[in-house]
Amino acid sequence: MSELAEIISRNEDQIRSEWTRDMSKSVERADLMSKTELDEQCSALLKAIVDGSRVSGVREITGAGWNAARDLLTEITASRARQGFSPSEVATFVLSLKQPLFAAIRREMSKSADKMFETLWGATELLDGLALITTESYIATREEFIARQQQELLELSTPVVKLWDGILALPIIGTLDSARTQVVMENLLQTVVSTNSKYAIIDITGVPTVDTLVAQHLLKTITAARLMGADCIISGVRPQIAQTIVHLGINLEDVITRAKLSDAFALALQRSGRTVVRIGSAGSAASGAPRALAGPLAKQED
Amino acid sequence: MERIPVLRMGSLLLITIQVDMHDKLALQLQDDVTERISDWGSTGVLIDISSLEIVDSFIGRMLANIAAMSRVLGAETVVVGMQPAVAITLVELGMSLPGVRTALSVEAGMELLYGAGAGFRSESDHERSEA
Amino acid sequence: MSDPKRETLPLKSSNDVVLARQRVRQRAIELRFTLVDQTKLVTAASELARNALDHGKGGSMTVEEVANGARAGLRLTFEDQGPGIPDIELALKDGFTSGNGMGLGLGGSKRLVNEFSIESAPGKGTRVTVTRWR
Repeated sequence: MSELAEIISRNEDQIRSEWTRDMSKSVERADLMSKTELDEQCSALLKAIVDGSRVSGVREITGAGWNAARDLLTEITASRARQGFSPSEVATFVLSLKQPLFAAIRREMSKSADKMFETLWGATELLDGLALITTESYIATREEFIARQQQELLELSTPVVKLWDGILALPIIGTLDSARTQVVMENLLQTVVSTNSKYAIIDITGVPTVDTLVAQHLLKTITAARLMGADCIISGVRPQIAQTIVHLGINLEDVITRAKLSDAFALALQRSGRTVVRIGSAGSAASGAPRALAGPLAKQED
Repeated sequence: MERIPVLRMGSLLLITIQVDMHDKLALQLQDDVTERISDWGSTGVLIDISSLEIVDSFIGRMLANIAAMSRVLGAETVVVGMQPAVAITLVELGMSLPGVRTALSVEAGMELLYGAGAGFRSESDHERSEA
Repeated sequence: MSDPKRETLPLKSSNDVVLARQRVRQRAIELRFTLVDQTKLVTAASELARNALDHGKGGSMTVEEVANGARAGLRLTFEDQGPGIPDIELALKDGFTSGNGMGLGLGGSKRLVNEFSIESAPGKGTRVTVTRWR
């Protein structure tokens, strides 16, 4: 099948100019790509096809001789996808090579119908295979992009907040699945280190259900934090969740829990040796210390 | 043979592990620590593992052993600076390092061993003394 | 022709164990594993390499890249010609102890990887194969 390679080599210029001319009628998209760039891509692909055919024949495009062609197509697909071409447009870029190529084959092999048919068939199979590579590659690029976006979304959806020096809060909203918990756990532990926070309050008010799996994930996070030298407090445990936990027989003996985030915060403050003092109490009023303005429903301080 | 250095700061022993340890090095460290505690009458051992990217079951056992042996000799041990990825892996591995106290930093570790004010003054210390 | 993505390292000394896990770390970084996934795989490698050395009287570790559709992964195979494990199920239980130390680390390693398989019989040596996907 190296005849195909020779036919292309002998007619390269003509094939390429017909190819690019045909493309301008359908998929050139001059708004997206310059003529020079298009010419370059066409030359590169023709060369890759010639090399591939010479080394590995045209039947199997998975052979080593076709590596360069496959890589080139993947590259072209990726750059065209970025530029905004549709998958069909990218495939048509390859498929539109058929007409000028077939024309060249007919010119060279008009004497033998059998040979011409065989060569045409090989060429069409080859170009179909190459066009399919661009489609697969396009889909793969899309999927990678979506996966990246999902990852970013995961990270954004569970921010770690600093409540006070050395005290972090992690309010979780929504369901906790395996993947999300991984991200949440890593994010929390990383923040514990970067802010040097000994206390991390994990608030699950916004978590609709806690099953054994979720509980396990939470327990792992708490154990990991403890190994690093930080303590976790779970807050926002609703009555239904408390019941579920007991029913499921989940052991939370070593875990500090509180019903409300504020309770957990107060505990963390206390444990880190701090206390909250109300300013403007009876003694300091006399000394002229600033008083906070009382709201309409404020009780009278004694 | 190379050894992990054991530094002395008063009654505290400070060990910073910065190399990927092979088993013999780990066993040597265990020996060195117990010997030093005996020699110097140290009451605290602080092991900084903030540079360790791997803690497998062998290293984990080494840390637990050092803590246990030191306690028998009258010294308390604190392991500080464990990296998040290491902590997550240890949990998955099923190692909880019983008997090993931990802290986030050398400073926090010293506070744990010797009480508040043992470390250098930091923001939070300053705040606490004003309360 | 040998596959450039597949390499075998000896496990004959405790230094080999360090070299083995450093090599696994490098390969995992090349494949762009996340830090946590790297750490899990390297730790599993350390456990299994040490097993091959201590219990298996020395052996080897083979590292190769694998692919499952678009996913890339690393497969590690630990082989030794040691005494073999008489009761594999028991060995996989946490806290199983044989000889000095706190266990063969098999059960723990299993949790650190995505795929785990073990072949062993008394007198026939041991082969443990683990895979971690990116």
